[in-house]
Amino acid sequence: MSGYDRALSVFSPDGHVFQVEYAMEAVKRGTCAVGVKGKDIVVLGCEKRSALKLQDTRITPSKIAMVDDHVCLAFAGLNADARILIDKARLEAQSHRLTVEDPVSIEYITKYVASVQQRYTQSGGVRPFGISTLMIGFDKNDETPRLYQTEPSGIYSAWKANAIGRSSKTVREFLERNHQEDMDREQTIALTIKSLLEVVQTGAKNIEVAIMSPGKRIEMLPDEQIESYVKNIETEKQEEAAKKKTGRTGTTSAAILTRPGGGETAESTRESAD
Amino acid sequence: MRGPTILKAEDDKTKQLNKSTLMAFSGEAGDTVQFAEFIQANIQLYSMRNDTELSPAAVANFVRGELARSLRSRSPYTVNLLLGGVDPISEKPHLYWLDYLASLAEVPYAAHGYAQYYCLSLLDKHHHPEISLDEGLKLLDMCTDELKRRLPIDFKGVLVKVVTKDGVQVVDFDNDKIVRPA
Repeated sequence: MSGYDRALSVFSPDGHVFQVEYAMEAVKRGTCAVGVKGKDIVVLGCEKRSALKLQDTRITPSKIAMVDDHVCLAFAGLNADARILIDKARLEAQSHRLTVEDPVSIEYITKYVASVQQRYTQSGGVRPFGISTLMIGFDKNDETPRLYQTEPSGIYSAWKANAIGRSSKTVREFLERNHQEDMDREQTIALTIKSLLEVVQTGAKNIEVAIMSPGKRIEMLPDEQIESYVKNIETEKQEEAAKKKTGRTGTTSAAILTRPGGGETAESTRESAD
Repeated sequence: MRGPTILKAEDDKTKQLNKSTLMAFSGEAGDTVQFAEFIQANIQLYSMRNDTELSPAAVANFVRGELARSLRSRSPYTVNLLLGGVDPISEKPHLYWLDYLASLAEVPYAAHGYAQYYCLSLLDKHHHPEISLDEGLKLLDMCTDELKRRLPIDFKGVLVKVVTKDGVQVVDFDNDKIVRPA
């Protein structure tokens, strides 16, 4: 240990606050969460930690929580820390309604959550929140979908689609390749689930999905529907793989004719073995 | 209303606390709205935090607790309340009477203020445990009729809301009915 990671509010000589970086490490070890915006919809997808045999999954708390009727939050990182942060956000949401008679805007509550997270990186006797959050929802009298992210350091940012938690880099890169402007409901949900499947091996039973649309309450996608999405995606993938394979055998057979050349054939056989 | 001046004729003195609980309030002008909004925010916060709706009984006892706490502070709220709701589990209706001294009672019918001196006798005579919504509205009609006839103040009619297990609805009520001499 370098000694600069003991007290929280102390910089290391090269400008790092180690405790904050450890908090970001805790986020990376948390289960994955994805948020995707469509035309007039915004979807959250979460990887569920696989339950033990005797665990009652129906009443075990979810990683998706409501902050107010129109704001939904998913997190990655330490569950216990999230509970405290969500509670603070809920209190602020109601307090805001009481003082100005309007529900919070998504940006306002994101900013609030981020500022709480920041405060815990600069005060004594506390440690930072080991969580990142994705906040989704719609402002009052507004049809524009909103998606924000917060980090342990207190940074917040707006996104079209993003992922946090374990393998979030893989998922983000997948989203970068596949996200389109103005997706409809089906496309948005499908993309959310598809991106999660990049990192969730166990498939439908370890995914949960929350959908928000303007002026409506949250909708948790039922398990059967998630399963049918997963099935569709898998058949799609198989078809694509089959297409690729036939394409490749074509080139291989062509290569066989010129076998003495050699180099290309060896490479393509190795590829199809992968 | 204050003195001989009418400030507003159609003021809504009710607040919906959750899906099937409605609170009506009267008392000191600023206190009433302030207290009602405070209660409303806390009930909503509870539903948000615990993902459940509070029953009317729970709400009533919470409100009483807050009134009792306020009564013992340096500046207590002077608010009288009626709280009506349908229990989301048993689907049974409940009505609670609360005053600014933090008394709480579950009652079959209730009134606050001057109106009670004119209405309670009518309610006592005509109310029965199996009363239907239509009969109830007729009874309310008798009450307002009596008030218009005998109350020295023109109270500008009433706003009627009905609480069922499906929520709260405003009911059309004819406030311009001609009062016949008794």
